[in-house]
Amino acid sequence: MTLSILSPEEWTAVQLSLKVAIWATIFSLPIATAVSYVLARHVFWGKQVLNALMHLPLILPPVVTGYLLLLSFGPQGPIGQILEPLGLSVAFRWSGAALAAAVMGFPLLVRAMRLSFEAVDPKLEEAARTLGAPAPWVFITVTLPLAVPGILTGMILCFAKAMGEFGATITFVANIPGETQTLPSAIYALLQAPGQEIAAIRLVTLSIFISITALLVSEYLAKRVAARIDGKGVKHI
Amino acid sequence: MSFDVDITCQQGNFEISAKFSTPSGVTVLFGPSGAGKSTLINAIAGLVTPQHGHIHVGGHLLFDSQTGENLPTHRRQLGYIFQESRLFPHMNVQRNLVYGRRFARGSTSVVQFEHIVELLDLAPLLNRRPVGLSGGEKQRIAIGRALLSSPRLILADEPLAALDQARKAELLPYFERLRDELNIPILYVTHSVSEVARLATTVVTIKDGQVISLGSAEHTFADNAAMPDGQVGALITAHVKCHHDDGLSELNAAGIPLHLPMPQHPVGTKVRLRIAAQDVVIATHPPKGVSALNIISGCILRLAPGTGPDIMVTVDTTAGKILACLTKRSASILQLTEGMDCFVIIKSMALADDNAGGVYPHHKL
Repeated sequence: MTLSILSPEEWTAVQLSLKVAIWATIFSLPIATAVSYVLARHVFWGKQVLNALMHLPLILPPVVTGYLLLLSFGPQGPIGQILEPLGLSVAFRWSGAALAAAVMGFPLLVRAMRLSFEAVDPKLEEAARTLGAPAPWVFITVTLPLAVPGILTGMILCFAKAMGEFGATITFVANIPGETQTLPSAIYALLQAPGQEIAAIRLVTLSIFISITALLVSEYLAKRVAARIDGKGVKHI
Repeated sequence: MSFDVDITCQQGNFEISAKFSTPSGVTVLFGPSGAGKSTLINAIAGLVTPQHGHIHVGGHLLFDSQTGENLPTHRRQLGYIFQESRLFPHMNVQRNLVYGRRFARGSTSVVQFEHIVELLDLAPLLNRRPVGLSGGEKQRIAIGRALLSSPRLILADEPLAALDQARKAELLPYFERLRDELNIPILYVTHSVSEVARLATTVVTIKDGQVISLGSAEHTFADNAAMPDGQVGALITAHVKCHHDDGLSELNAAGIPLHLPMPQHPVGTKVRLRIAAQDVVIATHPPKGVSALNIISGCILRLAPGTGPDIMVTVDTTAGKILACLTKRSASILQLTEGMDCFVIIKSMALADDNAGGVYPHHKL
């Protein structure tokens, strides 16, 4: 399927961006769940260090993050050399773009999820324990469902960040049409070439449309879930 | 033996050190707010870990600092009823009720869902969500949820404190049923004298993190140190004999008739009456022309002068021991001595409704 207003290359970039953003969000989610829950509920040695590390991609210039990824996951990097023989190389592949997007979106996901975990009343978790529920079951049946509005918010933030990620992606996996050229990279490429302003504006408009749609959908879902939970036991954040 | 507890808990700068063993039935932890009652009940639930000591409940070891045994909360098979219900807001009433059922295993009392729903009158609520339910409804669900996890012991932390008087009166009978029909240890935390009067088999009085009194409810009510000011009194057991047309009910306390307003309990119900020592008058001769309806003859067992102008008189009657708080001056004018016969006069209206608890022989759990 091809939208008539988009050239095949542009359409490829849109599809790739969606694929990269969706996978980045899905990959980040389990790790972000673990990290945000630990940060919200536990006190341990090195907590501040973990918190700072988790925030790094938000603070560092994206080009630095991208270069660090290239150093570790690139063909000569320590992790890249492990992945290469396994056929899991991410360098200059769409999966590399997804990894870069996941790393950049991770702090946003963790921040939103941590807030929503902190907002779940620990007294409800205690009540579940007194009823015989072991810790993992308490998490799945009480903590997680009550934190869903915040998790949805975090996921959409992560998705939007992944859609828009440019600096780290282009540094890490370059700008290869059909493989690593996402929407922002495509817009950038169009702006570099003369006479392509109209094409660039088409993609810019599309980019705005996708972002706003994602935001509205997430707001709607979060509201529905929050209405089901009704705000009792969950402080509004 | 129901509860055998000997623990020390450090909570910041506050040390709670409690040692008590109580027989089966309801053990009430009684004392003012901030005395350490909640920490103790949470230690028994495993939500707080004591520094030293041991906890045995109903013959099961839950905690022992010497052997390092510390059963996690979810394996203690508790039915914990919290003050604030703590219902799961994202589940309907039905799912709240059955939450603990999947973990109930090898336990002594298997209780049926339908039966609990009927007993607590929960059928109309099953498909609703906790939000919008009244405090009394939420607490009934919390009781049902605790019972349906087939607990080996019941813990209740001020379960009525957040409710208004009418809801309290509505819920207390359910706890009386638990006491009379479930053969498992119950620990009930309260600072309410009337709840102690109605529920307690044994009272452990806590103050400043220490056990200051341990004994039956009768014993505790007679203990100056354990009771709040002006609340010392007697506890006697009676049966509802009949209801009179003028709104008074006649009770039979071991052959002694007592009259008081108590329309809510059916004939035949066994009730416990708290008679505050302040509401009792002593006469040395059969009184005439007195408005009080309850006059009981007895014999002075003990005269205990207080630190001020007061004196506590313990009178042994057929209905049980009754306490009267008099002034030392009246006691000397009447020339009261231990062993002397006398009459105890109690105003009917002083036997407040709130102090009388029913014991229901029917409705098996």
